[in-house]
This record gives sequence, C-alpha cells and structure tokens, in this order.
Amino acid sequence: MAAVAPQAFEALTQPATVPRRSMRAGRRRRLNIFRYLVFTLFGLFFLLPLAAMVRFSLEGTKAGSWSVAAWTQIVSYPNLLGAIEITLELAVLTCAVIGVLVVPTLIWIRLRVRWISRAVEFLCLLPLTIPAIVLVVGLAPIYNRIRAHISLSALQLFWAYAILALPYAYRALIAGLDAIDTKTLSEAARSLGAGWFTVIWRVVVPNMWPAILNAMILTSALVLGEFTVALLLLYTNLQTSLYYISRETANAGVLFSTSAAALLFAFVLLMILSLAGRRRGHR
Amino acid sequence: MPFFAYVGLFLLLPTGIVLWGAIRDPAGHGFKLSSLKLLGGSTVRGFFISSVELAAITSIVGALLGAVLAYAVASGNPQGTIRRVYLSGSGVLAQFGGVTLAFAFLAAIGPTSGYLMHAGWFYDFPQGIGLIYIYFQIPLMVLVFLPAIDGMKIQWREATENLGGSTLQFWRYVGGPLLAPAFLGCTLLLFANALSAYATIQAWDNQIAYVVPQQISTAITSEVGLASPNEAQVLALGMVVMVAIIMTGYALLQRRTARWLR
Amino acid sequence: MTSPVTEAHSAQSRAGVEVRLQGLRRQYGQVVALDGLDLTIGPGELVALLGPSGCGKTTTLRLLAGLEDADNGTITVGGKDITHQSASKRDMGMVFQAYSLFPHMTVRENVAFGLRLRRISRAERDRRALEMLELVGLSTQAGRYAHQISGGQQQRVALARALAIQPQVLLLDEPLSALDAKVRAQLRDQIRRIQLEVGITTLFVTHDQEEALAIADRVGVMQDGRIEQLGPPTAIYSRPATAFVAEFVGLTNRLVGTVSGSSVTVRGRDLPLVDLSTPPGPVTALVRPEAVTLASDSSGGSGPLTGTVIAITFLGATSRVTVDLGDTTILAQLATSDATALSAGSRVTLTIRPDPVLVSGAPAVTEE
Repeated sequence: MAAVAPQAFEALTQPATVPRRSMRAGRRRRLNIFRYLVFTLFGLFFLLPLAAMVRFSLEGTKAGSWSVAAWTQIVSYPNLLGAIEITLELAVLTCAVIGVLVVPTLIWIRLRVRWISRAVEFLCLLPLTIPAIVLVVGLAPIYNRIRAHISLSALQLFWAYAILALPYAYRALIAGLDAIDTKTLSEAARSLGAGWFTVIWRVVVPNMWPAILNAMILTSALVLGEFTVALLLLYTNLQTSLYYISRETANAGVLFSTSAAALLFAFVLLMILSLAGRRRGHR
Repeated sequence: MPFFAYVGLFLLLPTGIVLWGAIRDPAGHGFKLSSLKLLGGSTVRGFFISSVELAAITSIVGALLGAVLAYAVASGNPQGTIRRVYLSGSGVLAQFGGVTLAFAFLAAIGPTSGYLMHAGWFYDFPQGIGLIYIYFQIPLMVLVFLPAIDGMKIQWREATENLGGSTLQFWRYVGGPLLAPAFLGCTLLLFANALSAYATIQAWDNQIAYVVPQQISTAITSEVGLASPNEAQVLALGMVVMVAIIMTGYALLQRRTARWLR
Repeated sequence: MTSPVTEAHSAQSRAGVEVRLQGLRRQYGQVVALDGLDLTIGPGELVALLGPSGCGKTTTLRLLAGLEDADNGTITVGGKDITHQSASKRDMGMVFQAYSLFPHMTVRENVAFGLRLRRISRAERDRRALEMLELVGLSTQAGRYAHQISGGQQQRVALARALAIQPQVLLLDEPLSALDAKVRAQLRDQIRRIQLEVGITTLFVTHDQEEALAIADRVGVMQDGRIEQLGPPTAIYSRPATAFVAEFVGLTNRLVGTVSGSSVTVRGRDLPLVDLSTPPGPVTALVRPEAVTLASDSSGGSGPLTGTVIAITFLGATSRVTVDLGDTTILAQLATSDATALSAGSRVTLTIRPDPVLVSGAPAVTEE
C-alpha cells in the first residue's frame, strides 16, 4: 500500500503534452511489437490474481459450480454492511473536512498571506514522511485518553484520515490554484465591490472545481482503502472488517466478492478522474 | 486559523508524542536516551533487517519492471485508452492494495485454494509477500516514473540519430544518463513505500511479525496494559528517521530531474 | 591550430554537394502533407522553404534528414540515392527549433558528441569542438550547461554541433522562431556568414518571410504540400507568380481593375502585367504598398486616386499610411520623412508606380 506518492496522481490528471511526431516505419514497427508484448505480459500478471479472486467469489459449495452467494452475502454478512456504511460515511466526512477547512485556507493563503505558503507546504507534505503506522503510535494515546471519558464512534476516525489525505489533496488543490490567475481574478472582483468571502466562494472556487473534485476523489479513495489506523485504534471499517472475517473463516467467499467490488469501485473513480482531467487539459 | 489548530492537534502532536516518548525514561520523569539502545538490540535489529531486505528486493525489481512498463505506456498515444486504463489501474493497485490484494493472491496461488497453482512457498518470507509487494510496487513506479519519461524531448532522440547515433548509443549516452536520477529517485520512493507498508503483510500473515510495522502494531496492542510503552515509539522513531533520510534523497534527485526534464 | 578559414577549405572538399528531391509524397492518414515535391539545391547553395504552418516545409526537411519515410519519390545527395538510408547513416547536420541540446552535457561535450559517436579520440574531439565554438563565437562558454546560456547562444551551440561532424548537408528547422526579435536578426546574419564560409549546401525552413528573403540564395514558397514559386528573393518579392505568393510575402493592396491587351487599368491608371497572357476582363490587381506614393492634395479634386488619410502607422524608417478612397482602402508605404506632413484627415492624391502587376481572378464586390 502506498503512502508516499501524491505526485503519482498528477500523472493521471495531467494529460501528457508530448507532441507526437511520426517516426520511421521500421522503428515504429519494432516499438509497437515491444509495446504489445509488454502490455500483454503485464496485463496478464495484473489481471490473473484479480480474475482468480472474482472466480473464487463466484464459487459454489461444490468445486467447479457457480453461485452468487458470496455477492449476496455482502449485504447479509454480520457487520459487513455496517462497516461499508461507516467507511462511506467516513469518506464523506473526510471530504467535508478537506472542503471546509483546507480549501478556504489554501485560497486565503494564496490571496492574502503568501509568505506562509512554504510553511504550509511543508506541513501538508509532512504526512508523507510519517507513515500511517507511525502516526498511529502517536494517535493511540490521544484517542485512548479521550475514550476513557467518552465513547468515540468509528466516525471519529475522520480527523486522522484528513491528515493522511492532506498531501494528496494539497497537491491536487495547488495544481488547481496554479492553473488560474487568482491575483487578477480577485483584484477584478474586489474592484467590482466584492468582499473577501464572495471572492473565495463565488469567484475562485468555481474556477477550480476540477481540482477540488480531484482532491475529493483522491481523499475518498484513500479512505476506502485505509486499514492501518482503523485497525490499531480498534475500530471497524471496510478493510478491517474484511481482515477480521478472514481471520475467522479464511476462505469466506464474501471476502473476495467485497474485495473485488471495492477494487472495481476505486478503479471507476479513478477513470472518472482521468476523464475529468482531460477536459481540464483542453481549457 | 482553525486549519492550523487542526493540523497541530492531529499531526504535530502525535509526531511529538512519538519522538518524545522514544527518548523519555519509562519511569516517567526526565529524559533518558537508554530506550534508544533498544534499537541496537538484536531482535529489533532483526526486524529492521527483514524490513530493509523486503523493501530492497521489491523496490529494485519493482523499479526495473515498472520502468519498462512506464516506457511502454509513455511511447503510445497520450490521449489513448490504453494509457488511461493502465494509469487508472496503476492508481488503484498502488494505493488500495493492502488487504484486498492479499486476498486476491490467496485466491490465485494460495497453498490450499489457489486457482492457478498451489504455491507451497506462498507463506514464505520474503518470496510470498515479496510477490504481492511487487504487485503494487510496479504500478507505483509507473505512476511516479512516467512524468520523467514524458519529459524526454523528442529532439534529443532525433538529434542523436542525426549525428549518427544508433538506438543503443542513444540510451548509453543520452537517454540513460538523463533518466538515471529519476530512476534512482523513484526506486527510493518505492523503498520507502515498502518499508512503511503494513496492511498487506498483516493481512497476509498476522501470526508472526516479520517487519518493523508489524512489530510496532504488536507493541501497541500489547501496550494496552502499558507493558513496554517505549518500544513502539522507539521503533516508530527508527522508521521515521529512515524514511526521512530516504525522502530527502528522493527530493534531491527530483531537483536534478526537474531541471533537465521539465 | 587550424583557423576557421582552413577548416572551411577542408570542409569544402566534403561539402558542396547537390541535393535533389524528386516527386516526394507524404501522407498522414487523410492529410496530404507533400504532394509530389521537386527541388534541386545546388552545391553550396542556401535554399529557404517559406510558408505557413502545415504547408509541408518541415516535412520536406525531415524527409531529407531521414527522420521520416516518404511514401513516394527519391532523394539524391551528391549523386547517390539515399531515399532508403536510415537517418543515422546520412551525413547531415540538423539544427532544431528548440530544446535540442543535451542538458546533462556541457556545451563542449554537446558539440563533440557527434565526433564521440564516430569514436574519434578525446583530444581530437575537444580540439575540433573548440574550433567549432570559435566559429560561432562561443569558445568562452565551453564549460557551461544548456540552462546556463541564453536561447540565442543555445542555437549557436546547436549549429556548432551540427557542423562539427563535417556533414554534406546542413538542415535548419525554424532555428530562430523561438528567439527574441533582436537576437533573431543577429543570429540569422551569423548563420548566413558561417554557411558561406564553410560552403555547405543548406536547406533552411521558416515561416518568417523577412528571414527567408534576407539570407537565402533562392526561396521556395510553399502551400499545401507544393512549391508555388522557387526563385531568388528579389523575384519572389517583385514578381510573385501566384496570388498566394504575393499575399504571403510582403503586404498587398487588392484593387479592382480591367485587363485589356498587355496592361491592366486600375482606377484610371494603366499598369503593365506580369503575365502577358492574361485574358481581358475584370480582375483583382495586386499592388505593393511601396509602389503607391502620396502627395498632399490642396486642389480639392476627387478623382479615382484621391482620398483621405485614415491612419498612419509609424514603423521606424518607413511609415504605412492607410487612405480611404471612398469605395475602398489602400495602403501606401513611404519613408517616414515623407509622411510627416500628413495626418489623419488630410486629403491626398495617389500615384501608382508602373511596376508589373499580378492579377488574380474576378474581383470581389467591395474590396477591403
């Protein structure tokens, strides 16, 4: 699981600006052979385990038979549905934090207090150097101390999740801010009489909504896949519940069906991201 | 502003706790660095060595294979579907692996239930888990290395050809040297990634702790009774230091790459 | 230490080859980039290919360089057919528009690179590289990297690099397009000087007509994959063969006129025709602004060649005056000293110098 590469997602959203000049026929042919070979080999390597998982999830009680029991079980298996629900809610909450807290702050800094940008950048990228596992070590005492007095539902995880998502969201949002000329826009708006609040919400935000969408999708994806913090703080989310199930019944079909579903969902999210990115590139 | 309060509370404070706890005397008062000696202890060293071993193997193999795949993707149509599919796929696999990936491999090559084969070595360290790690290291490499390949200007290739160079000479004198810093940097990134990974290996085999993150989790969960409060923190400190060094190296290499390939 | 002049002599024994392109055709999917192009470049000659984007000039250059394959046609250099030879075997030096210097090598290493590929010894390589750098005037920058020198200097290094391998042909792909105006002018003269000194057959591609006219022995104006006119700069300018050439190179006035016999009558004036076989009838005459002269009109006359000044554009040594003739507008170009007496609103009388004039087709209704 990767905890360290927000710039990786830029590769997804920034359309490549390399102009394609044609080459000599011979070389093109050789290159294409190479490419198709590579894609086939790697494609197989990546798809086989996933295919196996899907096949497994469609396995009936007798080896070789088919059944969708594993898939329907997703709904009926104890605690699983609840865990999924919690994870989705967490995703929403975390996105909300990003939207309400991070977005305005970044815009404000860009507009008014540029000199803090460096420090903020450092802060936002700090979670990269601090792996989730380490963060948990520090978070555990805090959570424990609070829990001694009041019980905290799993939803309280969103505080930590927003921190984890910070580097990715930061990268996406900054890219969006860089793409628009905030200075000119805000000056124009102000000269027309807008207050700062209006400038942020009515002028800047609408212009960077692809970047905000980016950040949201990345954050959601992160929350869906998060395991470490939830586990060690003894909470139940999608991934941890899968984990617990696997500890009890190692080959429960529902493990595979849910995993496959989660992966598929994430893949769709990212495809949406890359398509939205393409539109942005043409602007 | 509320932002800073939030970040301060949830990021800096835990970090501070980790660092502070690592050097604090378990008895409670004053500062003692003796806990750091734990880092030197043979069991702890063992964990670090296996962590590094696993990370090194998977990052080098992942980097090499990933670079090849990245080149294949980069040399195609920039707006094409293949590129889009491979990039999105890479994004998924690189990030949301963990638990789900471990299951996928279990289904594929698990010793009892695998479809493709029954790999007796599935639960061996480092081969079994290494394979799963490579599975998400490659996509990560593709994602972080691709921009560097994109940054290679076509003119360099054409100029080399024009001056009389063959493909081999191009890679030897121009392409290779130019991509080397990026390649090294990305390998470092993969290394840090493997070091920090927890979910995957835990889902793979949670009976035995092989690597540092697992040991940290053991230390924490057994810590509910505050048995050895410092062990987790010390280990965490060790990890942070390692990752910090690696990330600094990465940042320096990135600067060189950015100058040449942007 | 051999001087650049000696270098030029030894280069001359290698350079000075004839380049012959015949029937070149290149198609990308549905788009025909080159449609049967024929061009011969004489030994030591500099031919400039001029035209708008997409006219096929760069394609021609790349085909000659071997970076792309032609669908049809042949390429002959020095009598040898190289149509199917790979780019790295062709003995040509190419200067790209931008970004072609290797960023991880110093200037000297860049220039020496071609020699390194030919396994020339280190000492000899460095010597030749420094010689080339002296030729372009950059020997002091030998130890620097690409990002440390200016755009103009980078292109000079690229030129040195291309010449270091003593190629038979020099190819320049819009080398000045990415540079500032002032640098462009200086550099283009320098390129021409070096080219003459070395005596190498050269193909120069550009979309800037000033460049092409200034440095070429012959200019080929291209459009849609064909050469519309090939000839010395003066001919291209004063005797454009087609309307496209007339309008692309320099400014043109389009005036309504009538052809009869060997001249065309434009607004009461008879002007000789370039193409004497033009059939009689109404046409659009293309008249250069420099052929139009003005004089203040205090007589209050209103002939077909009197009008009111609308605007005066100051261009330095010359000025361009826009005159409203009532039913159309005309541009005149004069020395600024002659234009100082005029201002917007002045009444003027025009004279058209009787240079041969190109006509095209039937006139449009109201000409701009």
